[in-house]
Amino acid sequence: MKHVIIGNSAAAIGAVEGIREIEKASEIVLISDEKHFTYSRPLISYYLEGKTDRAHMHYRDYDFYETNKCIPMLGVTATKIDVKKKRVLTVDNSFVAYDKLLVATGSKAFVPRIEGLDSVNEKYTFMNLDDAESLLNALRPTSRVLILGAGLIGMKCAEGLYEHVSSVTIVDLAERILSSILDAESAQIISERITSKLNILLKTSVTRFVGNTAYLTNGASIEFDVLVVAVGVRPNTAIFEDCGGKIAKGIIVNSKQETNIKDIYAAGDVCESYDMTISQNRILALLPNAYMQGHTAGKNMAGCETEMIATLPMNAMGLFGTHIVTAGAYTEQKFIDRKNGYKSLFVDGDKLKGYIIIDGIEKAGIYTALIRESVALSKEDFELIRVSPTLAAFSDAYRKGVLSGSKNK
Amino acid sequence: MKRVYVNEQWCLGCRLCEYYCAFANSNESDIVKALKDKKIHSNIRVETKGNINFAVSCRHCEEPLCVKGCITGALQKKDGLIVVDKDRCIHCYTCIVCCPYGAVSPSADGVIQKCELCAKISGNQPACVKGCINQAIVYEER
Repeated sequence: MKHVIIGNSAAAIGAVEGIREIEKASEIVLISDEKHFTYSRPLISYYLEGKTDRAHMHYRDYDFYETNKCIPMLGVTATKIDVKKKRVLTVDNSFVAYDKLLVATGSKAFVPRIEGLDSVNEKYTFMNLDDAESLLNALRPTSRVLILGAGLIGMKCAEGLYEHVSSVTIVDLAERILSSILDAESAQIISERITSKLNILLKTSVTRFVGNTAYLTNGASIEFDVLVVAVGVRPNTAIFEDCGGKIAKGIIVNSKQETNIKDIYAAGDVCESYDMTISQNRILALLPNAYMQGHTAGKNMAGCETEMIATLPMNAMGLFGTHIVTAGAYTEQKFIDRKNGYKSLFVDGDKLKGYIIIDGIEKAGIYTALIRESVALSKEDFELIRVSPTLAAFSDAYRKGVLSGSKNK
Repeated sequence: MKRVYVNEQWCLGCRLCEYYCAFANSNESDIVKALKDKKIHSNIRVETKGNINFAVSCRHCEEPLCVKGCITGALQKKDGLIVVDKDRCIHCYTCIVCCPYGAVSPSADGVIQKCELCAKISGNQPACVKGCINQAIVYEER
């Protein structure tokens, strides 16, 4: 059996580990256009900030490829999938044959069309290590940085830059920062905590650039030295689409991570997930999800039928010293607790659907488990769980299951 | 694999396990020096509700969500044991969001801490098990 994986990040590594749980000797080839040993993408903002360095960014131990008997083809771009001959063509016109193929090509930065953007010299996206290196090279202590996008990438980038430059301005069309993970009240709390550090301009966007000046829809203009475009990401579906693969917002997969093409699987940011909290397929470009999809794909590729664990959005981030954790969907019915930072639990009928927690993040995973396992709240002590996540609030059966070891499979 | 289990019916809720755990992980040789006037950050935590007491520590899951979710690779499964490479933890707390048991937590300096079954510490039994006065906490294969 020969497995080929296009990708070398969380989903790809998950697949290698999934395959190796089942098969010890099969061939695995990893093809990645990035030349680096597998590293943690989300660390690039910490790298910018100086809180980590290249020596600590490796996502797995340095003997990973050897230990797992993988052949890494790094710095090699896969250009085409030949479904009939079951092989992947690479940029140097060679090919790699596969029995099972995983497309784990991730996502790329979306760069919108804005008048004059082409004429901006110092412009960067912020997706991978090379982006971070380029950006780092462009920064001076006197730099005025303009970031388009107040989402996860834009805000983490801003945090990474902040100490190294003269000023950071963030522009976003949304009504609030981190709009994909925070609601109005929680976003307001975070905004108030960071307002002295960043200049955040919301509900506006850039209409045009003239040299190093950005003109906004609200009439204002901003002078800058370095521009970072972080308005969103798009899945890298092209190679799969070109060979007849089925795409919606991302690659369409089933619960075994199989695509519509036989022997081709997909995992990670490039494909869709079934979000159990909204009962819909969507792209959940999050590292834990990517790893788990990759791991599921790998086990299936190795012939062990495995279904993807129930999936929901989950985020944990530190931002200028504040810890934020969120999960699931934000329904109308909510229980808010403002005693220790901020906590909002979102409920739908008898089920917990989501949460937003600022500061008091300990044991939040107990809430995540309530969502993931669709626990009927009426059967547990929700009054107690609402105050703080604790196993004590669970029924005897659930708790003893957990503690006796029968549940930790 | 041997794991730490708590027999809830014997747990007195005395929290000695928390102290023994914190001491064992303190790098101090004197328990007073290690714990006196300090906020205890133990890897095992006693929970209480009414008459029910029980201690919770890492379950060392077969399919550990904390390891799968760890964004840096700091959390790893090595020979069944879930360990943290503290140099690579960036304090994002994705593991806290992932762990269904609330068994990973931030240490005093922010880096994640969790039970490693005293594997790096000498002795054939985890400190919480050794110290449990009622043998409510056991270390065994199940």
